[in-house]
Amino acid sequence: MFRSSREDWGFQLLINGFLLIVLILILIPLWRVIMTSLTPLDVYMRGGTPAFQFPWDWSFAAYAQMLTHPTFPRATLNSIIITICGTTLSLALTVPLAYALSSRTLPGRKIIIALILFTFLFHVGLIPTYLLVAKTLGWTNNILAIIVPPAVGVTNVLVMMRFFEGIPEEIKESARIDGANDLQVLWQIVLPLSKPILLTIGLFYAVNYWNEFFTPILYLNDQNLQPLPVLLRNILIGQNFSEYVDYDVSRAASIESLKSSAVLLTMLPMVLVYPWIQRYFTKGTLLGGVKE
Amino acid sequence: MSHYVGSPSLQTRTLPHSAQTQHAFAERVLRLGRAMWKHRWLYFMLIPPMIYYLIFRYIPIYNAQIAFKEFFALKGVEGSPWVGFQHFETFFKSFYFNELIINTIVFSVAKLLLGLPIAIILALAIHESRFMFFRSLVQTVTYLPHFLSCVIMLGLLLALLSPSSGMINEVIKALGGQPISFLTSPAWFRQVVILSDIWKETGWSTILYLAALLSVNPDLYEAAEVDGASRWRRIWHISLPSIIPVVVLVTLLRLGNILDGGFSQIWVLYSVPVYSVGDIIDTWVYRSGVLDFQFSLATAVGLFKGVIGLALILFANKIAQRVAQQSLF
Repeated sequence: MFRSSREDWGFQLLINGFLLIVLILILIPLWRVIMTSLTPLDVYMRGGTPAFQFPWDWSFAAYAQMLTHPTFPRATLNSIIITICGTTLSLALTVPLAYALSSRTLPGRKIIIALILFTFLFHVGLIPTYLLVAKTLGWTNNILAIIVPPAVGVTNVLVMMRFFEGIPEEIKESARIDGANDLQVLWQIVLPLSKPILLTIGLFYAVNYWNEFFTPILYLNDQNLQPLPVLLRNILIGQNFSEYVDYDVSRAASIESLKSSAVLLTMLPMVLVYPWIQRYFTKGTLLGGVKE
Repeated sequence: MSHYVGSPSLQTRTLPHSAQTQHAFAERVLRLGRAMWKHRWLYFMLIPPMIYYLIFRYIPIYNAQIAFKEFFALKGVEGSPWVGFQHFETFFKSFYFNELIINTIVFSVAKLLLGLPIAIILALAIHESRFMFFRSLVQTVTYLPHFLSCVIMLGLLLALLSPSSGMINEVIKALGGQPISFLTSPAWFRQVVILSDIWKETGWSTILYLAALLSVNPDLYEAAEVDGASRWRRIWHISLPSIIPVVVLVTLLRLGNILDGGFSQIWVLYSVPVYSVGDIIDTWVYRSGVLDFQFSLATAVGLFKGVIGLALILFANKIAQRVAQQSLF
């Protein structure tokens, strides 16, 4: 099929060379952070972070210091709680909404879709929501303020709705003839067929909750409630470094190493999980089309 | 129709007709009622999501009325006095109006204009590469930054750009230059924001283009091959045209959201020294509302952005329907 000529080799060399450069550009910051986090204090004092290191120069002191201070594990726990509760609530609201709207014969379906789409296209900005959550509901220092307001994403509803529409009506109808109501049809027939889409949408929600840092800063003043990204921000730019880490020179890690180890520890769960779930993200995005 | 009953003559004349419409109406109500009863469990399921939408999406829209009021926390949203368009006038006449609009559009447009060609070239290169393992490695690695929080991006940027220990500044120092404080320098801040956004999002944005490239009929490439078209000509005449519709849709969607600019990213990266080049509408709304308690003014600015944004996205959607026969949402 292909002419295996010199032109081909030259072409492949060119484009794969380009891809290699892109790969390196993406990885350089990560490499730098890894190197900084592993640089022992004495090496750092002599000349900063080296570009390359040999195994005998590694030091995990920064990681040890980060993980033994109570703040980091607590923030991780907060992040896990927010992610699990948030994703559960999101799915508990998105699934029935998408399923009900996937019934084309439902009276009022178009009106409801229009009402939902309207909120997707028209935003009134941060302040009206802030007044509702902080003043009317009084959810300051309450993780409900992080979990509930962003619980339903319009794109996710529409993607799931389209998936439900694709499930053959006959399967649902036969269950109805056997006396099942729509709630039972959803639970017993539709959901077991929808595991891939549940996983995909659930992962989208989970990533958003895991990465959320703005609403925690907005609504949570209590340091004990802050999730990982907020702690990382405080570590990176905060003035009171010693509040988050036992900064102790005798334990052999520079401030730069500590910051870098915090970046990597915050990234780690996502980096570990991501390669396994990448295909679900890809699938979900393609289902959603150009909408992000 | 009951008022006809008193007049026998009218009654006899109109009865067949009104009875007919009455009957048809009753029939329709009955049919609707039956359809609704049939779907009663679906309505039951809709209750929690609808309550959510009412509270968290529609009450904020209701609260937005404070844009036309002088909001006092003690008087609440309803009790605060009306002031008309005063806050909008304040905003339009203010010195920061131009600054905010320009900054917002600069970020949106630069991210689009620089990011889009890079994403297209990357997608074409991934598609053409014949080393399958390398190809999927590139995809996995370039998609990853999309899933990282903006705070992690701040950490990575500091590792590169920090004046004391950042890698790029180490290189500058090694070459004999003065370290540059990129994140707090008005001359550099925009470039940092735009380039880091490209670093974060380009890989992920290739997904749609790759899907379009995969849907091209392989026969087309073979026919071009037989006709003696070079690789470059095949990319130019077959691959590129196949992704044009997606490019058009993505561009329209981005233009429809031109007033967004990327709140989270800028909010994490910016600081007082770079407000003049980095402040966008959303970051200003946050500061003036939440930090300075100018709730009404901040809401007016947010509402202004919302109304223009709605008009832009609807307009973009109209064009998308006309040009690409596809809706954006």
